[in-house]
Amino acid sequence: MEFPVHTSPYGQLPNNVTRLMGQVLLALVPGIIALVYYFGWGVIINICIAVATALAAEAGVLHLRKRPIIPTLMDLSAVVTAVLLAIALPPLLPWWMTVLGVLFAIVMVKHLYGGLGYNPFNPAMAAYVLLLVSFPLSMTRWLPPEMLNQYPLDFLQSLAIIFGGQFPDNLTWDAITSATPLDEMRTQLEMHQTISELSQSPLWGDFGGQGWEWIGNWFLIGGLFLLWRKVISWHIPVAMIAGLLLSAGIFWMIDPESMPSPAFHLFSGGMLLGAFFIATDPVTASTTPRGRIIYGFLIGVTVYIIRTWGGYPDAVAFAVLLMNMAAPTIDYYTKPKVFGAREDEDG
Amino acid sequence: MITRNPGRLDFHGGIHRPDRKSLSAGKFLGKVPLPEILTLPLQQHIGSAAEPTVTAGEHVCKGQIIARTTEYIGAPIHAPTSGTVLGIEERPVPHPSGLNAPCILLQTDGKDAWGELPEPLPHYADLDPSLLRERIRWAGIVGLGGAAFPTSVKLNHGPDRPIQTLVINGAECEPYITCDDLLMRKQADRIMEGVKILLHVVEARECLIGIEDNKPEAITAMQQAVAESGLEHVQVVQVASRYPMGGEKQLIKVLTGKEVPSHGIPAEIGVTCINVATAAAIADAIIAGRPLLSRLVTVTGEGIANPGNLEVAFGTSLSQVITHASGLTSLAYKLILGGPMMGFTLDNDKVPVTKGTNCLLLASKEEAPDPDKALPCIRCGKCVEVCPAQLLPQQLYWHARAKDLDKTREYNLFDCIECGCCSWVCPSHIPLVQYYRFAKTETWAMEKEKQQAEEARRRHEARTERLERLERERKARLRQKKEALEKKAARGAADPKKTAIEAAMKRVAEKKARQARENEEN
Repeated sequence: MEFPVHTSPYGQLPNNVTRLMGQVLLALVPGIIALVYYFGWGVIINICIAVATALAAEAGVLHLRKRPIIPTLMDLSAVVTAVLLAIALPPLLPWWMTVLGVLFAIVMVKHLYGGLGYNPFNPAMAAYVLLLVSFPLSMTRWLPPEMLNQYPLDFLQSLAIIFGGQFPDNLTWDAITSATPLDEMRTQLEMHQTISELSQSPLWGDFGGQGWEWIGNWFLIGGLFLLWRKVISWHIPVAMIAGLLLSAGIFWMIDPESMPSPAFHLFSGGMLLGAFFIATDPVTASTTPRGRIIYGFLIGVTVYIIRTWGGYPDAVAFAVLLMNMAAPTIDYYTKPKVFGAREDEDG
Repeated sequence: MITRNPGRLDFHGGIHRPDRKSLSAGKFLGKVPLPEILTLPLQQHIGSAAEPTVTAGEHVCKGQIIARTTEYIGAPIHAPTSGTVLGIEERPVPHPSGLNAPCILLQTDGKDAWGELPEPLPHYADLDPSLLRERIRWAGIVGLGGAAFPTSVKLNHGPDRPIQTLVINGAECEPYITCDDLLMRKQADRIMEGVKILLHVVEARECLIGIEDNKPEAITAMQQAVAESGLEHVQVVQVASRYPMGGEKQLIKVLTGKEVPSHGIPAEIGVTCINVATAAAIADAIIAGRPLLSRLVTVTGEGIANPGNLEVAFGTSLSQVITHASGLTSLAYKLILGGPMMGFTLDNDKVPVTKGTNCLLLASKEEAPDPDKALPCIRCGKCVEVCPAQLLPQQLYWHARAKDLDKTREYNLFDCIECGCCSWVCPSHIPLVQYYRFAKTETWAMEKEKQQAEEARRRHEARTERLERLERERKARLRQKKEALEKKAARGAADPKKTAIEAAMKRVAEKKARQARENEEN
């Protein structure tokens, strides 16, 4: 009898990339439902546009690169990139901007560097930054959360705005959009308002922005699911949150009237989404245990610095990209001590 | 007693996977009958291959040495039974390459007649350890846990490395394998006898016997044997069932809290680690004066009709072992030698059982599916989490793939124990260990080449120097001659040749003058 041969280990391997990416998508569901609840149909439409574009773009590139198409699409990494970008975008962003962003993410940032596993930068965040820098106005046109929204839009109305720029009745952008809590905070602080005056604003929730704080919570729950399933390790999210809370805490204690509280920072913007879903992208993050702590911590600190003194209201994307650049160096200097490392060696 | 550091009594990483030991655990299926022909590879151990001491046609007795080596790291091979040597030929051997290697073919005569054996040493406690080591070496004993490293070499730790702790490895962490488990359950006394001998040989102060907690019967049996021995410094320690607990460095860490130094051996931290089956073989060699001729082998998996453990004489073909375990089932799909984590597949069952053969796994397609195509590494770091050597497998992979051998060494390639945990958890299904083996082999080849180049350079330089020296000497001689000639020329008469010529010419001239005179007179 002839037996087939291959190398060890033998057995049903417990992990595969599709399952990992699938669990990431699953973990995003609560946060996405919250986003849809607070910001309407636009979120879903964005996700659909982004996923369709990502799959088509990846299939096209794979065809050009003469790589297997279906098996690669099945790894779901392009879908994850698309969804992460889509939920970071304003809900009524013109469709072609979403398409442009996704094309940039998949073609330029991912495949021009060699595809899955080889890209030095987080594709979703690079695309987000591209759009933010290119279309600052559109990229900051957020809607007010559900409880403050005087003109809720139904599915078809959202579709009409996204695809045709057609507003219902006599609405305009100015009527339906609203600043995000982070943006509002920034503008008002620049106008020398104090935090206690600001917290009277209807945009203000219990500890973060109205609505936003709950979205953050749901992403946090998804993130805890990923930790429990061991899809991600605790190092990056914990260090990133610690980095932000520590920086915010120090300045808040010095001047609570002009520095927002750590809780506000944590539950605003893309912080929790970023901590559990974006900074943890394994391809572009640091991979050593100590390195991940440094990497996460520096992202947290950078987010605070840019939010407080930089030119943009939120900063997760910038901070992540900056640390992507530093990741190889961080890895190099944080090699773990090998088993039985001798005292006089670094290991 | 050695003070232990309880905080460190664990090793990093490792994996849990269903151990499937219940298929064969505790089942002894007896001895496989001696086949007509035994195929005995000359290389059954780590180190240099043995050289045959018999020739075709020669009759040999059971227990007679038929191959030996003069190299330090090596082990002799004995005839597992009496019979006639048919020849020494290339035959398929149990090796992942599937290549042939020289084997002694022994036709058994069915008499199983023992030859002359050395005297038993029941009073070993009065003997010098070196004498016992010599006996262990004679008996051809190698590590029976699978690595097959010559045991006498391991026991020769040298006077500058005293051993405090003897670790007896009964962890048997590979899934499916149960031969050590069975041995501990049924022959705990024999193992204890070996432990006593080992304690005397290495002069250790204490002995820790590590057994995974998935073998409660073995633990009980060993505890009883220890209690009966009355040795207070021997202790059975139940360890967690986590692969690769039975790795030498891992077990030592868990039992003693000490880490074997990187690139080092256990003796450097005063520990030596011996497998339970090896200890039993040592007892046979010392107490009964018998060499290592057979071993317990686990035959298991969904592909075998009657899984269990068998006593198999070395040289018996795997097909005979399979037959004795009631043959294959329709599910048999892969033949794996060793466990599912570190073993290797064979394409046929016509190879012999050797000293390192601990398990034959006849796996079904479900137990050992064909591997998926590997995807790119996504740097998820799962391999880092499970690596018991605390390496960065993904970085090693990266550099091994790029054939950057210097970098792989910088990332401690040679601390990799090839346990396969990284490959097991890799979501991209990259055969990581394969890459490390490749990088190791390449490094060895390169080093050999470098050594050869160095040797060649040295030889070339020696030759050039020799030629130059000869040339110098020749020139020196010529110069001396020339100088001598010149001196003689200066002194003139001093030259005998010249004197002779002058004398001859003088004589000729005198003769001529005389003749002229005579002519005138006539």
